[in-house]
Amino acid sequence: MAEKLTAEQVSQLEDRAKAVRRSIVSMVTEANSGHPGGSLSAADILVTLYFAEMNVDAQKPNDPDRDRFVLCKGHAAPVLYATLAEKGYLPHEELLTLRKIDSRLQGHPSMKDLPGVDMSTGSLGQGLSAANGMALASRIDGRKNRIFALLGDGELEEGMVWEAAMFAGHYKLDNVTAFVDFNGLQIDGPVAEVMSPLPIPEKWLAFGWNVIEIDGHDIHAIYDAIQTAKTVKGQPTVIVAHTVKGKGVCQMENVADWHGKAPTKEECELFLGELDD
Amino acid sequence: MGKATREAYGDALRDVGAELKDIVVLDADLSKSTKTAVFAKAHPDRFFNVGIAEQNLMGTAAGLAAAGKIPFVSTFAMFAAGRAYEQVRNSICYPKLNVKIAATHAGLTVGEDGASHQAIEDISLMRTIPNMTVIVPADATEARKAVEFAAKYKGPVYLRLGRSSTPDIFGDSYEFEHGKAVQLADGKDLTIIATGIMVAPARKAAEELIELGISARVLNIHTIKPIDKEAIAKAAQETGAIVTCEEHSIIGGLGSAVAEVIVESTPVPLERVGVMDTFGESGKPDALLVKYHLTTADIVKAAKRVISRK
Repeated sequence: MAEKLTAEQVSQLEDRAKAVRRSIVSMVTEANSGHPGGSLSAADILVTLYFAEMNVDAQKPNDPDRDRFVLCKGHAAPVLYATLAEKGYLPHEELLTLRKIDSRLQGHPSMKDLPGVDMSTGSLGQGLSAANGMALASRIDGRKNRIFALLGDGELEEGMVWEAAMFAGHYKLDNVTAFVDFNGLQIDGPVAEVMSPLPIPEKWLAFGWNVIEIDGHDIHAIYDAIQTAKTVKGQPTVIVAHTVKGKGVCQMENVADWHGKAPTKEECELFLGELDD
Repeated sequence: MGKATREAYGDALRDVGAELKDIVVLDADLSKSTKTAVFAKAHPDRFFNVGIAEQNLMGTAAGLAAAGKIPFVSTFAMFAAGRAYEQVRNSICYPKLNVKIAATHAGLTVGEDGASHQAIEDISLMRTIPNMTVIVPADATEARKAVEFAAKYKGPVYLRLGRSSTPDIFGDSYEFEHGKAVQLADGKDLTIIATGIMVAPARKAAEELIELGISARVLNIHTIKPIDKEAIAKAAQETGAIVTCEEHSIIGGLGSAVAEVIVESTPVPLERVGVMDTFGESGKPDALLVKYHLTTADIVKAAKRVISRK
């Protein structure tokens, strides 16, 4: 087991996550469209990955030995772009071009447009297969890099996710770590009511995965789970992260309507004020 | 009778795989039929069966390509182009990843399995996706050369292969030129443009037409996309009438692609030989080709019709 994060490191990561959340609110407001709820719920996970774990370098976005990240729930593009901006892949000002014509920041991530995006995603269910392919390539080449993927809980309703889960379990892809951003809400309401993918941990277990359940807003817990995943051999790991949709902005928290709605300018100022506290 | 194009695919894949170590082959539980088993036997460390899961087949290939591999994926054309259409579009073609889709058992000649397995829309589906190259070999030699080309070309390729044996058309010295039509006979009264297994009957039709006093140019279009606009426009200008032949729906395939080219360059009468807007059925491949009007005689009839419209 790797060492734990210090209180100071956690506090720095929490500040980063706040900055990412502010960017998400600003960019979605400026675009007047986009997906704030599921972006805010995943902010702590992405910040921990990009600033405490992943071997990535904005100066070498195509390094074959880099760790890779696949945002399976591609509609959460704002959290990826905001994190990449923090990491130096693009200037912060560019975040305000989200979803506008001629921008590199497509409504859903496009790897051809923006360095740092490891896979084009957006159509739900397709990302984990791609992550598996990357992991297989690493294994064939004898590389030590790791592949991370982030899925939505509603996304688990796509059958292809389970084709990919079966594949990773069958081929024992222990260099794959998947997160489920388990915020409990999808467009039409609670996932448990629309088309329940529950129970989630048991399903992954049945496909041969190592399963860890955590509070997805606890930086310590996210980091520790990643370290545990690295020690598990012969099995991929899924980290089922219990999160809150819209986390950090109390008006948005746990409200399905904020899945794909932009704040007004007035709401934006209110929300940014809350995120400054 | 020569070999089936899928047989040539398996052999070519094994050979090109020995040369290019980045080639990785994936199959969806059909490796004996698609002939990827030939590759698997020679290079077991670079072959992976994904099971009966075609969406994951395409997605995994996308990830392999994103990490620098040259994945060749195979399954029946129905599942490659149909079931996994959106994975091909969004995970492979949108990011222009270097994935080669070798789809076998295309068209009516899959035979007894019937309509559910007879992909007659796949050319149409695949050619409409940006960044996709669509290749339909006419015989075993052309299939082998197309595999060699695809392995070295950077970007997505859809390679359409058949189940049944096809007559040999090309010799070993044949050079595959991407996007270039191959003229197999010259003539002045019309041009017969054919692809895949319809190239052999097209050639035969031209021979029969000579006896009727009709001189037909014959073009083999192996690359449906990007299509050889120049050769098609030239054929329209010089012969004034065109017949297209494909083992595919007349909607959206070669016939449509040729129509698009000629109406934008030299509008001339066109007749399309292909599967009319209908599903197939179970039967022996040859009997199906007769019933669905894909024979030499059908091409001759279409040639006479098109000349009468000049």
